[in-house]
Amino acid sequence: MSTPNPRIDDLEKAAHGTGDIHSVPVRHPGQAVAGALIVVALGALIWSVITNDNIRWEIVFENLTGATILRGLGTTLLLTAIAMLIGLTLGVLLAIARLSKNRVMQTVSSGYIWLFRGTPLLVQLLLWFNLALFFPRLGFGELSVDTNVIITAFGAAILGLGLNEGAYMAEIVRGGIQSVNRGQIEAAAALGMRQRHVTWRIVLPQAMRVIIPPIGNNLITMLKMTSLVSVIAVPDLLNRAQAISAKNFYVFEMLIVATVWYLLMTTIFTIIQMQLEKRFDRGFSTTSPRVGKRLAKNLRPGRVTNTELLQVVQEKSKE
Amino acid sequence: MTNELSPQYANELPMVVAKNVHKSFGHNEVLKGIDMEVPRGSVVSLLGASGSGKSTFLRCINSLEKIDGGRIWIDGELVGYKEKNGKLHDMTEAEITKQRIRTGMVFQQFNLFAHMTVLENIIEAPINVLGRTRKEAITRARELLERVGLASHHGHYPMQLSGGQQQRVAIARALAMDPEIMLFDEPTSALDPELVGEVLDVMRGLADSGMTMIVVTHEIGFAREVCDQVAFLHDGQVVEQGKPVDVIGNPQHERTQSFLSKVL
Repeated sequence: MSTPNPRIDDLEKAAHGTGDIHSVPVRHPGQAVAGALIVVALGALIWSVITNDNIRWEIVFENLTGATILRGLGTTLLLTAIAMLIGLTLGVLLAIARLSKNRVMQTVSSGYIWLFRGTPLLVQLLLWFNLALFFPRLGFGELSVDTNVIITAFGAAILGLGLNEGAYMAEIVRGGIQSVNRGQIEAAAALGMRQRHVTWRIVLPQAMRVIIPPIGNNLITMLKMTSLVSVIAVPDLLNRAQAISAKNFYVFEMLIVATVWYLLMTTIFTIIQMQLEKRFDRGFSTTSPRVGKRLAKNLRPGRVTNTELLQVVQEKSKE
Repeated sequence: MTNELSPQYANELPMVVAKNVHKSFGHNEVLKGIDMEVPRGSVVSLLGASGSGKSTFLRCINSLEKIDGGRIWIDGELVGYKEKNGKLHDMTEAEITKQRIRTGMVFQQFNLFAHMTVLENIIEAPINVLGRTRKEAITRARELLERVGLASHHGHYPMQLSGGQQQRVAIARALAMDPEIMLFDEPTSALDPELVGEVLDVMRGLADSGMTMIVVTHEIGFAREVCDQVAFLHDGQVVEQGKPVDVIGNPQHERTQSFLSKVL
């Protein structure tokens, strides 16, 4: 070794009178350069859109809050909400069935997931929409009705989106349930709780922590997938936007209108999702920063240092 | 061999009787004929190296594991099976849960419900299994928390407690069901050394109150001071059982001797 051995006296001298450490953090010049390049490129793109003479912005603004578009938006949100509710309910039931000891339920659940995940959503929507071609009447003998009375375009859309979502949700919920520590189930069983009680009171609430983030993703995906129903003539956001452009020929403008609304909705959903994640983290972590802080963190110049992180932790533990 | 013990002798019956209990996991035979009697109100500790089958045997007593051979009775009632016309039938889930209420269990990893506060952990089963009112359950929970020395911690989540505190809550949670027997599965093995004492103190108090207890433990000191009987397990069998003074103080079996020489 070429370095001379320091003596303990030397170290004591060096440490004498020093206070808190204010060291120079490691710089990351690459990040700054890349950031600057992206800002410039993004600015150029936005500028080219804004100043583009081929886009009539007044048409965009006029229609953005027009009655037709807002009604379409309402339909889109309604579809999303109902389909998600159906999907979530089905998903929980299918996941429980899949994990149950009952072999009939296991098989039914697996078969359902196989069928609905194995075929494209668009095809499923078209199948539901055209169900009357296959089953002209639903029910038995006297107690039957014309299929087209029940399966309207909106009904077909709900069925298609909801049943398809159920299959995906089942896999998410199953993953969540399986992530719960076995000891929790054993402790509940040892206290004399019945299986059903253990599932609903002990396992599912803890599974939620794992389930919420992907459900948020699925909600956002669902909102966007509802645009598929425009092909079966459901008057959703995209369908209304296209209906208007079919009359005024401002195709690109109307697509921007739809885009702005979709983006706004997904942004709001993302914020709600973050709040929910925090809520279900209860009992597991003491340090999830507020949603606003988390968003701001990535936009702030500089980096989050360990001291800042520590402050967040300390603030949290005080609460 | 008679399977049903006459109920008129129930008062003199040992609380737990195990005869020739066998249990295998796949091809691995873990219990190879366990015989044991646990008298009412006594404290029995199961000693033995890991893999000797002591935890598995404990889990068989409250049907967390299903035995493959032999019989276990709690208070004269066959565990996990019922006998009709000389044939054994598996118990239904409802029957097993009903039987489980009679035993309380404390786990090595505490297993408190992570999403519930201390109080919620304790009142969950009394309300939903025993059908007690919320008010009754809370009153009882507060008494029990007082007893384990955690009266002021009712609103905490398990994550916010030390291991020793969590284990004491777990004991309170089991006691809230008013069990006739308490099973302890290495209750102090996951604890930092300075936290072991507080849990053992609670257990000692419980033993003094006359609770029938079966304790799987490595705490030889506790076994010697508190337990009425000690059973030493090796390779799925009880090789020695008796008073702590005899088994720990003067072990007869070679396996017991070598085990004790390592842990003492």
